[in-house]
Amino acid sequence: MALKLGDYKTEVHNDWCPGCGDFGIVNAIQMSLAEMQIPRHKAAIFSGIGCSGKTSHFINVNGVHTLHGRVLTFAQGAKLTNPDLTVIAVGGDGDGLGIGAGHFVAAGRRNLDMTYIIFNNGVYGLTKGQASPTLKLGEKTKSLPSPNTNYNVNPIGLAITSGFTFVARSYAYDVRHLKDTIIAAVKHKGLSFIDVLQPCPTYNDINTRDWYAGFDEVTKMTTPRIYKLEETGYNPVVHYDEESELNQKLTQALVRSLEWDAKIPIGVFYKNEIISQYEKRITDKIPNYLENSPSAQTISTNGKPSTDLSEILDSLSV
Amino acid sequence: MQTDISWLIGGPQGSGVESAANIFSRACAAMGYNIFGKREFYSNIKGEHSYFMVRVSDAEIHSNVSDVSIMVAFDAETIFRHYTEVIENGAIIYDSDIAQSSADEIHTINAEYKTKLISDLGQKPTVQNALDYAKNNGVKLYPVSFKSVLSNMADELNNPRLKGMVRMYNVLGVSFSLGILKMPPQTLMESIDAIFSKKKAIAELNRNAANYSYNFATAKFSDFTFTLKPTEKKPGMIMVQGYQGTALGKMACGCRFQPYYPITPASDESVYLEANEIIDVKENRPGSTLVVQTEDEISAIGMTIGGALTGTRSATCTSGPGFSLMSESLGWAGINEVPIVITLYQRSGPSTGLPTRHGQDDLLFAIYAGHGEFPRIVYASGDVEESFYDTANCFNYAEQYQLPVIHMMDKFLASSVVTCRRFDTEKIKINRGKLLEKIVPDSNYKRFALTEDNISPRSILGLENGIFWNTGDESDEQGHITEDPELRMRMMDKRLSKLDYVLKTMPDEEQAVSFGTAEICVISWGSPKGPILDAIEMLKSQNIKIGFIQLKLLNPFPKTYLGFLLKDVKTLIDIEANHVGQLGELLKQHMQRVPDYYVLKYTGRTMTSTELYNSIKDIIEKKAQKRQVLTHGA
Repeated sequence: MALKLGDYKTEVHNDWCPGCGDFGIVNAIQMSLAEMQIPRHKAAIFSGIGCSGKTSHFINVNGVHTLHGRVLTFAQGAKLTNPDLTVIAVGGDGDGLGIGAGHFVAAGRRNLDMTYIIFNNGVYGLTKGQASPTLKLGEKTKSLPSPNTNYNVNPIGLAITSGFTFVARSYAYDVRHLKDTIIAAVKHKGLSFIDVLQPCPTYNDINTRDWYAGFDEVTKMTTPRIYKLEETGYNPVVHYDEESELNQKLTQALVRSLEWDAKIPIGVFYKNEIISQYEKRITDKIPNYLENSPSAQTISTNGKPSTDLSEILDSLSV
Repeated sequence: MQTDISWLIGGPQGSGVESAANIFSRACAAMGYNIFGKREFYSNIKGEHSYFMVRVSDAEIHSNVSDVSIMVAFDAETIFRHYTEVIENGAIIYDSDIAQSSADEIHTINAEYKTKLISDLGQKPTVQNALDYAKNNGVKLYPVSFKSVLSNMADELNNPRLKGMVRMYNVLGVSFSLGILKMPPQTLMESIDAIFSKKKAIAELNRNAANYSYNFATAKFSDFTFTLKPTEKKPGMIMVQGYQGTALGKMACGCRFQPYYPITPASDESVYLEANEIIDVKENRPGSTLVVQTEDEISAIGMTIGGALTGTRSATCTSGPGFSLMSESLGWAGINEVPIVITLYQRSGPSTGLPTRHGQDDLLFAIYAGHGEFPRIVYASGDVEESFYDTANCFNYAEQYQLPVIHMMDKFLASSVVTCRRFDTEKIKINRGKLLEKIVPDSNYKRFALTEDNISPRSILGLENGIFWNTGDESDEQGHITEDPELRMRMMDKRLSKLDYVLKTMPDEEQAVSFGTAEICVISWGSPKGPILDAIEMLKSQNIKIGFIQLKLLNPFPKTYLGFLLKDVKTLIDIEANHVGQLGELLKQHMQRVPDYYVLKYTGRTMTSTELYNSIKDIIEKKAQKRQVLTHGA
């Protein structure tokens, strides 16, 4: 029997602020899981700490609400030991690019077949609006006592240079675009990253829904800042294993990642399936890893170990 | 007459001291002797003084003694560091080319130690003066010009390559030693073959060198009185490095995932697991241990937890600084009742402390690490052999009680080389507790269901009809966030009641081991076990009976069983390798019992049985202070 969208929703009360961009993201994740018909027990949402951390409780698949900054570590542990799982990690921009930045880079270097979504709103919402790593230098959001003194992290650029092999951006209020991006990310063979622009209606009074829409208070006209890469003929895919091809695709993605203010690109910036997945690197050492993964192995029969150590112990005999 | 010989070889780090000790140990073990060896080294890759001490005996031994029977030194520093340790009728085999060296020329000897040398020797700190000091104490001096030996050998064997091969000094040193001990050369050759089994040409060179220098020593230094004759060989013995106990235990009991971050002295275990990642499985396809080197220890424990959530027996292995970083995630595993094992190879802290030296500083930290209140088991092994079986038990505890288990090991255990009985996987039981293999549809599965014994049936990620939620927040039975005061109380009670449940259900002999009780009784935990057992044996030969209780379960604290064991003890001696006497603190806290004496060591060096024998003897003779601090070892 086909699973319906409703099957992916829990009855847990959602206490996000009215109008929060997070609603769009959780809906898009549920819609993408339903569209891909992923069996509920085979999917696992890992989340970090903060408003976005609650995401895993609203989706009716396995949900692991972890620690601040550490979501990728838990998620990778699960994926490594059970490669059959569809693993989606989610978290805020402070979580992933501040306290968790080391894990972000290390995960990129590994390139496991899973997805990481960052809810990027420029502030630490749940602790009342401090500046997050993506807030621009000199900007003063509502609850900051003085303007931000740090330069911002470029999430797309960091992901590309860290080795993520699918790097995209979407917008929390464009649920259809976001849903399609999530599906493409999950289907990508390797580690995929989606930077989701997610207005925080309570604490970020700069990057608001109206701001993204380019709404002019005076003229009451809108000139949307957001545009879609795919509508400009942009091709993110690394097609063949040559330095010139790779350099061209990396460079164009980095250049686009720097666009902000008047023109903000969303869509897939970079996609490379030529770089080996971590799973493949393991099977080079452990040939039956995928069929006989750590979680699938028989370790005991009737309470006795299945392991046979005799060869090693023979070599230690004196 | 018992044979009991201690052999010490020293040299700059990176010069092959360890492989020399390996050849020596293997040769002796192959003759049927018991071996206890340990390595001491600086936090350094090349150049600083490192040494290996190997004790060889036909009796069962569990530790080093303070005395050295034979010392082999290719460099001056080894002489300066150890010349007082060699006993009467013992021997120093040394490179005659270093005899004129002075401690002033050795930049790895610090000013304090130079001053001490001058004052101890009463004259200039030269190798010759140190050797004369030893000679006056009855030590036999066997000078050899290693360079000339190599050169002569090169001529005789018509192999000019040999001339410059200073790495051969190690094999020469071993062969001279076995030569003066008049040990049959056959086992030496076999030992070399076994160690260089993958490098035939090198094995051949080493055999030639060994043969030459063995004959050289038997001809030239025939007046040495200690000998190593072939002894009765016990069947079923193995020789292992300390870290192999926990590594092989993990392989045997089905640990299939170990993320780790490099740290001394813990990473040897992970590297060994990875080197042996493909595992033979009885009547089945091969299994494997997935070992992942992570970006830090925070990631290592996060991955370990992620692995455990898929039903994989998962562990990480670290030392104090790494464990400090893990403490936040440890609490997450506690509140989410995730079975993980952390193998904690302690070293001397605080902070970086003595990074390559021994210490048992982290007992209280292991018990209290992490914010908030959550249950965990802290379990300590006392020697390499038991660490194999204990490792398997730790995984059982983790799964039966659904909590993190911290398995306490240390640098002493990690860097010792011992002969012991062959590990027997048949003795291992695997108990996965309430792990579910199947859940029927519509059963409304709840991961944290409140049950009578407070342990909930455990689903895993990927199990049909068994989806569940985890959160570091307080949660309801399903695993969703709650701040409900009543539910909070019930969940806290559920989790923390496990501590009593552990004490009620864990067999006594797994909580503590009694090696006999007496009015005077030693209590300890972890690696002092070996030196204590040997010290007790020494006392026994003088008809002094001392009891010994080895605590293995340290959290929850086994007060009932321990109370029973201690009930007739009049004088209690706490022995541990730290400054505070941390076990003593636990005794005060849980049993209102203050140890009558403390024997502590925090130089970073391991205890010898000689030191413990002396301390206990002082206590018996009422000559001891309440707190005795041990100092032996360079």
